[in-house]
Amino acid sequence: MVLSFTDRGIFCEAGGFFIDPWRPVDKALITHGHSDHARAGHRRYMATEAAAPAIRHRLGVKVDTVRFGEVRRIGDADVSFHPAGHVPGSAQIRVEVAGEVWVVSGDYKTEPDGLSEPFEPVRCHAFISECTFGLPVFNWQPQPAIMAQINAWWAANAAEGRVSVIGAYSLGKAQRILANVDPIGLILTHGAVEATNRVLREQGLRLPETTWAGPDVGLSPGALVVAPPSALGTPWAARFGPSAQAFASGWMALRGVRRRRGLSQGFVMSDHADWRGLNDAIRATGAERVFVTHGYTAPFRRWLADQGYDAGVVETEYEGDDADDVEVIE
Amino acid sequence: MIRFAALFDVLDRTTKTNAKVAALAEYFREAPEADRLWTIALLSGRRPKRAVNSTELRIWASEAAGIPLWLFEEAYPIVGDLSETISLILPPATRSADRPLADWIADLIALTGQPADLRQAAILDAWDRLTTPERFLFNKLITGGFRMGVSQGLMTRALSQATGIEETALAHRLMGDWTPQTTTYARLVQTNDPASEGSRPYPFALATALDDAQALGDPADWLAEWKWDGIRGQLIKRPGAFALWSRGEELITDRFPEFAPLADFLPDGTVIDGEVLAWGDGAPLPFAQLQKRIGRLNVPKKLLTEAPAHMLAYDLLEENGEDLRPLPLSDRRARLDALVAALPKLPLAISPAVTFDAWPALAAIRETARERGAEGLMVKRLAAPYHVGRKRGDWWKWKLDPYTVDCVMIYAQSGSGRRATLFTDFTFAVKDGDDLVPFTKAYSGLTDAEFGEITAWVKRNTLEKFGPVRRVPPVQVFEIAFEGIQASSRHKSGIALRFPRMSRWRRDKPPEEIDTLDNLRALLP
Repeated sequence: MVLSFTDRGIFCEAGGFFIDPWRPVDKALITHGHSDHARAGHRRYMATEAAAPAIRHRLGVKVDTVRFGEVRRIGDADVSFHPAGHVPGSAQIRVEVAGEVWVVSGDYKTEPDGLSEPFEPVRCHAFISECTFGLPVFNWQPQPAIMAQINAWWAANAAEGRVSVIGAYSLGKAQRILANVDPIGLILTHGAVEATNRVLREQGLRLPETTWAGPDVGLSPGALVVAPPSALGTPWAARFGPSAQAFASGWMALRGVRRRRGLSQGFVMSDHADWRGLNDAIRATGAERVFVTHGYTAPFRRWLADQGYDAGVVETEYEGDDADDVEVIE
Repeated sequence: MIRFAALFDVLDRTTKTNAKVAALAEYFREAPEADRLWTIALLSGRRPKRAVNSTELRIWASEAAGIPLWLFEEAYPIVGDLSETISLILPPATRSADRPLADWIADLIALTGQPADLRQAAILDAWDRLTTPERFLFNKLITGGFRMGVSQGLMTRALSQATGIEETALAHRLMGDWTPQTTTYARLVQTNDPASEGSRPYPFALATALDDAQALGDPADWLAEWKWDGIRGQLIKRPGAFALWSRGEELITDRFPEFAPLADFLPDGTVIDGEVLAWGDGAPLPFAQLQKRIGRLNVPKKLLTEAPAHMLAYDLLEENGEDLRPLPLSDRRARLDALVAALPKLPLAISPAVTFDAWPALAAIRETARERGAEGLMVKRLAAPYHVGRKRGDWWKWKLDPYTVDCVMIYAQSGSGRRATLFTDFTFAVKDGDDLVPFTKAYSGLTDAEFGEITAWVKRNTLEKFGPVRRVPPVQVFEIAFEGIQASSRHKSGIALRFPRMSRWRRDKPPEEIDTLDNLRALLP
């Protein structure tokens, strides 16, 4: 086994490193900066050049960086990082030991989002794939269709003098919306989103002009407010005046989830692969062995086994196990 | 269908009553009349006859999506709604069609009784011409259970706004056994034809829960009577029509043949509001006895003798064809007394008034309700007309406090629809010696926050999974409230509860201190 599954995370014995470990380790290779993948407390970190600034910002740690595709020899393992298309800088990690190739997908989506480096299939013998949305009810519409909905929603709210508050995870989804939204009017951002914007702008990503919605920003009819999902429905979101509030998340595909959150509007926009995306990505690796993590692992594993894969489940502590964890994973 | 889907979308996205009514009123002004009629029908619980069963739908949808049926069944509880699951797994439509709602329904009705391959071809063809939200609604038309977050009352209000016809008059016109196949929009809504009355019932007057009897003022202004635990019904005798309607607007005449002789004795133009009860030795039998008859279209002789039906009359709504509802209750009641007194011995009697001179005395009488086979008391203003629906102030229900039992959760199951991602349906057990005996399920009574909290706990503490059901360690103690208890041979515990719900999450109570099966048995009547 090139990689093994331990209670601290995915481990490479030949290289003496872990990938996205959830307990403190000596050497951690990190796929991307989301908090369930990049945790504090490790002695050494390695990530892509594009992912590192957000990781440094969030954890305050030193990060050894690599370019996409650059091969590093760690112990007896050859390691390289390849675009996962999840958020800017996010990577799949390829590990080759004595000719056997394993790839850890991290989180990924197959549709280019105009901001993240587009997903790149990597041939391998064994593929460790996330399957957050690993059920056939999750089928995303193309990004232009979703952005058209968001633009129309903002425009309609603005025409009626309302502010549009959109809940989007502060690293990735928020910038994906910002990078693709029509320049209709003023864009305000929650502090968490604005801090990430600053980090990403410094590394050269192009985002439209945004204004931090600090304490003196009050009534803002017609503006778009981009905030973490947890800000929806709170006094923070109420201070901009009469508003329409929406959540951009793959979970919004389910009417029950949207209604339970009491949202009038949901946009089905995910940074994870949908059913088709997962299946296409797995097929493109050419892998015979597939391990699935966080998501609907049991049915997805069985489905893959039915398709002829040698499929297994890896129990991990990545979040995003189901729709109740929408805050964390999206 | 596009217009109907747009209506549904608005209704589904807002919780504001005014916005819902406005959207519906606009629809009632603009949609084709046949579509309006079907929308009224759907929102008043009338649905087309089922042409396809849900097993067929699952199989056909799975095939069309290229997935095995087991995978469909895995996804269904996550989505929490069959129609939605199907709409989501199907491949995108390759064609489009803007056909009226009524045409789609007509197609569905025409499929009834057709061979399976024909029905399958028609359903697949429809799916391929509908967008995902339209498919969802189309599937709902097939499976029934249409909920649009709009009560019949709101729908009536919207229709009133769209037509200018008074709400109470509309409410009455929409009652009864019409279907979109037996009438037209114009006939149902716009004509006021007394000859079309037939067996049409009046909208039921409903009561509000009473907290403070003292606040009602002078007891002499009020009528008190028992709140019987049976089926509220309207008995109607008009020229050529004899009908018994349940409060749920279901025609149940044939389920209670005991009342048939009344057709020979009640004068034409009589409508009585009363309670249907199972009857024995001059007193009501427990609801469980009546329940045995509810689901049956044909009643076996044994049940007719064991649990004969009897009506206790509360009110007289129509006499000699005259609508008495505007009259004060005291007048209606006097007429009811006279009418019933003139009848020979039949399974119909007056629900007796409970006499009292002061509210504390009535409160004491209320405590004896269970011995009488009643749920509590009704308190009605003698000067009040018979209202349409629930109108606060004149009719009060004063129910007994429920029974309660402390027990422990042993299984949890996720809910459906809005609650699909929460564990909301629980099985509870009491102690029997060293064993735990499951005795009831309950799914209501907690706040959303509490359901969220218990859901997180269930996920962390699952011992076993059986499909959507999780077995959990017996440590979470709940107080279950219920209205009645019966011996039951169909339950392992030997008892069955009426209206069980979670009244409190007893975090303060260790599981060792829960109630025992003997505690429950002691409550049996």
